[in-house]
Amino acid sequence: MNERILMCGNEALAEAAIIAGLDAYFGYPITPQNEVPEYMSKRMPEEGRVFLQSESELASINMVFGAAATGKRVMTSSSSPGISLMQEGISYLAGAELPAVIVNVMRGGPGLGNIAPSQGDYFQATRGGGHGDYRTIVLAPSSVQELVDCMPLAFDLADQYRTPVLVLADGILGQMMEPVVFNKKPRRKLPPKDWALTGADNRKQNIVRSLWLKEGVVEQHNYDLQAVYKEIEKNEILCEQYEVDDAEIVVVAYGIAARIVRGAVNKARQEGIKVGWIRPITLWPFPTEQINKAADNFKIFLTVELSCGQMVEDVKLAVAGKAPVVFYGRAGGGVPTVEQVLEKIRQLTLRPENII
Amino acid sequence: MMQKVFSKPQALKDCPTHYCPGCGHGIAHRLIAETIDELGIRGRTIGIAPVGCAVLAYDYFDVDMVEVAHGRAPAVATGMKRTNPDKIIFSYQGDGDLAAIGTGEIIHAAHRGEQITVIFINNAVFGMTGGQMAPTTILNQVTTTTPLGRDASKQGYPLQVSELLTLLPGTIYIERCSLHKPALIRNAKKAIKHAFELQLNNAPGLSLVELLSPCPTYWRMTPVKAIEWMENEMTKVFPLGRLKG
Amino acid sequence: MAGKIVINIERCKGCGLCVAVCPKGGIVISKQSNKSGYFPAEKNNSACTGCASCAIICPEAAIEVYREQDILNKPHKETTPDLVKGKK
Repeated sequence: MNERILMCGNEALAEAAIIAGLDAYFGYPITPQNEVPEYMSKRMPEEGRVFLQSESELASINMVFGAAATGKRVMTSSSSPGISLMQEGISYLAGAELPAVIVNVMRGGPGLGNIAPSQGDYFQATRGGGHGDYRTIVLAPSSVQELVDCMPLAFDLADQYRTPVLVLADGILGQMMEPVVFNKKPRRKLPPKDWALTGADNRKQNIVRSLWLKEGVVEQHNYDLQAVYKEIEKNEILCEQYEVDDAEIVVVAYGIAARIVRGAVNKARQEGIKVGWIRPITLWPFPTEQINKAADNFKIFLTVELSCGQMVEDVKLAVAGKAPVVFYGRAGGGVPTVEQVLEKIRQLTLRPENII
Repeated sequence: MMQKVFSKPQALKDCPTHYCPGCGHGIAHRLIAETIDELGIRGRTIGIAPVGCAVLAYDYFDVDMVEVAHGRAPAVATGMKRTNPDKIIFSYQGDGDLAAIGTGEIIHAAHRGEQITVIFINNAVFGMTGGQMAPTTILNQVTTTTPLGRDASKQGYPLQVSELLTLLPGTIYIERCSLHKPALIRNAKKAIKHAFELQLNNAPGLSLVELLSPCPTYWRMTPVKAIEWMENEMTKVFPLGRLKG
Repeated sequence: MAGKIVINIERCKGCGLCVAVCPKGGIVISKQSNKSGYFPAEKNNSACTGCASCAIICPEAAIEVYREQDILNKPHKETTPDLVKGKK
């Protein structure tokens, strides 16, 4: 199974999920991720597993909730407006500590927006778009191969920490085709799912819930969840960086934006500009320390996103005032070109003193 | 020598409930628990509690239980049944849960013919939140959001969900019963047991039993007055009977 | 007296439904409140036939019903769990 196959991101992530042992997929059509349910509708029955197109994204996430409550590996996928409809369900998954994977192939917003690629859902994804104090692990691949590699990781993280995990792609990643290799990596050592609802066959009943009315119980539950989040922050941060040590300018970008930045940084280096990049792969937990360390010796940080600037706030928090952080991005489906990013980098070298 | 002929079923935990005096939920819980005992399916049953007065049903049913988002129980049940076809899944929902926010979910679970059993408690108000109008509030009925009585020109008509669902080929058994008289409760027990047996025998389709249920507190009546009101008024709007299957 | 009921007075919320449905007027609301402050139902006479109507309508499953042995031999409608245990 590990020869190279040319596949579009949507189909590749679906196959990767199947290889990772997906038991059930529930989804609803929405561009630009329609190939995921389409692919699943063919392949899952072939594997004797469950595929179901639901009546809405609201229903999809609650079907995911049901299957997850019985201990199954389950996922859904959608795109920005659909993910908004899932927020209540995701909050319930977090509250009830249920493992599940949710793929968001982001599109232009707000509202119906368009079907072009975007990174405008960063806040929703990393701050928890639903109600209550919860976080969700957010993986942000920037190539079809990395999208494929993210899926088994997402399921393992979900099972290990009993939490919903978001995989954040975008219209380009979902639609573009790249050669991928599906190497079936062994699962992590995962805790048994003795909490799962399997029928109280001569055992005490299991209850999956997120409601506790007695005073102080949900408060304590929150602190327990926060302890899990601390654990995740300690162990699961993923971040890549390139030529940052001697850099005067560091460009921070994730997902498809990072691909564009890579091209711009290479060109800028050829022009003799000392520039590097940092690419967060987990958007939560965010690589705060790594960026903070990079800011030890004075640099200018440029954040590039397909949005009006959302991750830039996390970069500012990480840099903590040690250096200026500026933003360049295009929103609503606009995609920055390598030339535009390169021009921005050049500007930062000419007039460093009048940076904000 | 006296022989005990009636007692609390095992699948119902031995603890006080939070329900108001005369509330029908307690009766419905007992009928379901009796069914689980009699069919011997405690080890295979997973129950779904709605958001509403019965959200605490997991404190009363001694089976694997899950409490889910308001109105989404049929979708959760779908996710469970599809991935665990051998389990007996029942979705316990009130009229706000099933017929207001969850209308989409129940219609689509029915239209897909999900092999689940839905117990639909119709007490014509939103109980947990303090007695507001529900889709099944009948005309002229006073609630905290229809202070002058439900007026069709402003709040529309009471929703007859069971009749609605009989039109969907995916439903195989629909009966509306009531909990306001022992004879009718016996019939409700038969209907519930039949619905569970259909699922037990993998009958292809969704079974739903609607139970008219007294809510003395928010009908502002004594329990005895409440069952009279059900006999004289409610059953006129929600006629009892086996509607399908 | 062909039947008998035992009311779990601490579980009873005094809703009065059993009082209303008992065909023999065999139950009344007690003057003594239980620990929760409800005035529970209590037996009123010995006319109980063990018909179980009270137990069937009780929302708290707080009433146990007993019946004389000989009446048991007559076929009974499927009314109570113990009786139907035998049937599938």
